[in-house]
Amino acid sequence: MAAPLTLVLIIAVTIRAILFRSSLAELLIERVEVVSPLNAWKRVVEGLALLDLGVSPYSGDVFHETPLIIYLFHFVIDYADIVFMVADGITAVALYLAVQDYNKNVFRKQKYALEGDRYPADCLELIRSPKEMYYIPLKVALFYLLNPFTIFSCVAKSTCGLNNAIVALFILSTIKGSALLSAIFLAVATYQSIYPLTLFVPALLYQLQRLYIPVSLYRTSFWLFTLQYASMYLGSLCVIVCLSFFLLNTWDFIPSVYGFILSVPDLTPNIGLFWYFFAEMFEHFRLFFICVFQINVFFYTIPLSVKLKEHPVFLMFMQIAIISIFKSYPTVGDISLYMAFLPVWNHLYRFLRNIFLVACVMLACSALFPVLWHLWIYAGSANSNFYYAITLLFNVGQILLVSDYFYAFLRREHHLTHGLYLKRKDGSEATLVLK
Amino acid sequence: MTSRRCILLSVVLLWCITHASSEKQLKITEDKNKPPTDVDRSLSEKSPEGQLHAQKSEETRDTSKAEPDQAEKAKSEKQFASKEADVNRDDISDQQGKGVNDEAEFKRPLAKDQFQEELVIKPLPSGDIYSSFQFRTRWDIDFFQPGKKVSHYRLFPKSLGQLISKFSVRELHISFTQGYWRTMQWGQPFLPAPPGAELWVWFQDTVTDVDGAWKELTNVISGIFCASLNFIDTTNTVQPTASFRSLGVGNVTDQKFLRYALLPREIVCTENLTPWKKLLPCGSKAGLAVLLKSEKLFHSSFFSQAVHIRPICQDWQCRTMAWELRQTLNVVFDLYTTGQNKKEWSLFKMFSRTLTEACPLASSSKVYIDVTDNPQGELFELHPSSATLNQAVVLGDRRTYAVYDLKMMDTFGSLRTLNIVLRWKTSSGADMLRPLLHGERYVAGYGLQTGEIHTLISNNHPYRAFPVLLLDVVPWYLRMYIHTLIVTSKALPNKPSYIHYQPSKDRVRPHLLEMLIQLPPNSVTEVTVQFERALLKWTEYTPDPNHGLYVGSSVISGLVPSVVAMDTNSSQEYPLFSTFFPCKEESSYFVRVYTEPLLVNLPTPDFSMPYNVICLTCTVVAVGYGSLYNLLTRTFQVEEPSPGLVKRLANVIRYFRGVPPL
Repeated sequence: MAAPLTLVLIIAVTIRAILFRSSLAELLIERVEVVSPLNAWKRVVEGLALLDLGVSPYSGDVFHETPLIIYLFHFVIDYADIVFMVADGITAVALYLAVQDYNKNVFRKQKYALEGDRYPADCLELIRSPKEMYYIPLKVALFYLLNPFTIFSCVAKSTCGLNNAIVALFILSTIKGSALLSAIFLAVATYQSIYPLTLFVPALLYQLQRLYIPVSLYRTSFWLFTLQYASMYLGSLCVIVCLSFFLLNTWDFIPSVYGFILSVPDLTPNIGLFWYFFAEMFEHFRLFFICVFQINVFFYTIPLSVKLKEHPVFLMFMQIAIISIFKSYPTVGDISLYMAFLPVWNHLYRFLRNIFLVACVMLACSALFPVLWHLWIYAGSANSNFYYAITLLFNVGQILLVSDYFYAFLRREHHLTHGLYLKRKDGSEATLVLK
Repeated sequence: MTSRRCILLSVVLLWCITHASSEKQLKITEDKNKPPTDVDRSLSEKSPEGQLHAQKSEETRDTSKAEPDQAEKAKSEKQFASKEADVNRDDISDQQGKGVNDEAEFKRPLAKDQFQEELVIKPLPSGDIYSSFQFRTRWDIDFFQPGKKVSHYRLFPKSLGQLISKFSVRELHISFTQGYWRTMQWGQPFLPAPPGAELWVWFQDTVTDVDGAWKELTNVISGIFCASLNFIDTTNTVQPTASFRSLGVGNVTDQKFLRYALLPREIVCTENLTPWKKLLPCGSKAGLAVLLKSEKLFHSSFFSQAVHIRPICQDWQCRTMAWELRQTLNVVFDLYTTGQNKKEWSLFKMFSRTLTEACPLASSSKVYIDVTDNPQGELFELHPSSATLNQAVVLGDRRTYAVYDLKMMDTFGSLRTLNIVLRWKTSSGADMLRPLLHGERYVAGYGLQTGEIHTLISNNHPYRAFPVLLLDVVPWYLRMYIHTLIVTSKALPNKPSYIHYQPSKDRVRPHLLEMLIQLPPNSVTEVTVQFERALLKWTEYTPDPNHGLYVGSSVISGLVPSVVAMDTNSSQEYPLFSTFFPCKEESSYFVRVYTEPLLVNLPTPDFSMPYNVICLTCTVVAVGYGSLYNLLTRTFQVEEPSPGLVKRLANVIRYFRGVPPL
């Protein structure tokens, strides 16, 4: 298995290395779809230049990276290309290993269930075979490394690639069952961009499941582990934040990074929903809608964790997808992370309702982004509404994609308990509906 | 625009009404002072003895004032005063013997303030005529004394005096300019000013809340001059570290007390000129100010009016301070094209007025005509010709001026009116020396995403290099990337020896970039920096967003090597126009050059559809919420076939009949 992975890695690195040398790199570095004010490479360089001038990078409104990123690139600024390629490689390998382990778990559980005869007789079609699951980890790595979104993001040196690597490492350590590492990586991911905070619940659920601790509010073992994990998480978060303070000896980064993410002052167009909405917002409703939109990102955690408490990895996928759709400064790099998970849910394919439509929408939108941007910004023959319309459609496509997978997952679970070919009372073939 | 100005006007009116009573008092005192003024003038008009006499009486007044004040004054001050008192006591007794004491007592406030006016006319090589008015009011009072209340105003305008004392202003410079000064065609102006409104103020170091004082001050000034200075806020105010030194006495260096703002979009018109004229002691009733008719002044290529207030020394020994108010007005008339290609001009042609008298309150009133290029009278002819020629070193060059002293009755001739006419004998004009320092600026790049600001600074000196300070204030919505800053001279990188950069904060403060650049001789230095155009909220755009947004001129200031030795001796009397920037060394002189303002387009949202956007985006969010809600709250169930319509109707009937349904 290692050989194909190595091959994929070599291909991915070659593609990136070639693109770094091409003129595409300069073009991509400015593309609003690929970089956002939060993670643009231009701004990282600006932050370092400000530091060289003796000005705090956070005194202005150009630099919004965390102090650790400054610290990192302070040393490796000359090898930035390599850093981003390595980050992508790490993400792919981490996802590969994580999915491999997860699939083993799934298979083991399925085996127990089969041995315990818990599946209805007509569900054999839904049972997953090791042959089918064998190539899934490789497909995940392939999906991440060769996804044009990832490649663009890497070539544009968007620090989103680094965040993805951290999240991938967090997933790996969670699935491997290392509570401490998982807490540390989650803390780093949270520190980088707040939103991964919602991944706390799936990580906790997964580890409880791994340790056979039932999720019950009346069990002390549940509370004990939750407390343990939460304190590890908060402790490492605290350490990282204090470390950042001592790096620059100022707390300025808190409003400049987190205030910037939460209050959305920069309305540079991107593929998300925030920029045009708040550019056109009436001033006295601004605060209200910012609260609504930000709560929207975090809110889904609660009902999703209740519904998917038996399936924490799928919950994790859902959370990552929701974050990348509804976050304030999304880029295509964020999308590529949850897209890498799609091969894991290959077996849901038969229950997907509109995957063809969604795929077409996403492809068409990806092609139309640069076209309409050009018409608006350079040609002057279109206006902002054109670009905005495409972002809307793109987001509708993503929402449909995610909810379709969610639907398919729930439906498969339903079939696994109630049988695949359901019959009505009168014995005729039944159709399933949501009620 | 109109409504805004109306509001301002009404504010000023209100202010006037509330202060009407005090103004009345002022008038009374002025009336009282009228006859002595004439006496004073006749004294000064007399030759040396008269002046001596006047000086004496001035000294007397000083002492008589010093004596009652002595108790209040600080000790050091006391020593000075007592010394003086000793010297002057004899004079007093002298005068008492002559019985002049009463009159001296009555005239006491007189010799305080002093008013001078002058007009410089310079034919420019391009055929345009540059006229520069300067009105200088000196107010011999020391505001720096703590606890000193001033209620008596004579020549100094009360509105400005109150402003100085209320806001503890140390120095105030404000200019309103319409049009751009073309340095390469016209040479250096006597007083440079950028297009639009420029305001810079040094506050006294007793001010604790500088930003608060600045905010209030701008609003008050905006009322006084009917200008939209109330648009000055933190987003266009900066604190330059080196470019704007204080011009008055006392070396203040703490830039904490300096505020600088530029409104490049400000449109200057009659409504700004009228309040400016009202600050003059004679208004526009007499003296040189009669020439200031707005219908002519605003029909020009360049118009700039300014007010400069600064503390200066009362005498060359600098024992006591005085306030100097300089009101300047520079205008360039394009008489060449409007006058059918004839390079001929007269006061009447330019201003549609002639001079008939000097301002009675002025101690000197002169008209200077630049005749440097015409030493033997071979190029043009001045009528009436002036007997007196004056040489002055201005902007590193020795110039010759024909002087018309309006205080002399014979200047006006038998017609009692002065209309200076200049007739050219040849059609070719004199060549102009290229200005040694020149700057220009433009935006490069296309599209609405990014751009590049290019600033070109040329040093036209053939063999001397000199350093200049470049000050750039860029609004926050052009996100400047300092790492893209490149300075090149003669195609070689030229690293600035000093860079002060303050990054912008969105909606709070602009970018401030100050650099000290060494300009190699005979070279053009290019400064480029890239920026990104921000998308603003729809309410933050100007009413004409596709016109673009203005970025103020950058300021280039430097000490330029002088061709002739500059006069550093401040004790001598010079024409006003040559004495604005203090000169510290002989070999160089101070020049400030403003580049063009920039007009930059920003990407705009569609202003017509906030409702649509709110609805559509909320719909998408609701689609996300709805589909997830649907999946989260509902469960899968086997669909039961719904009964047909007839069956349902039958069931309803059966229900009413009390029979079990089908």
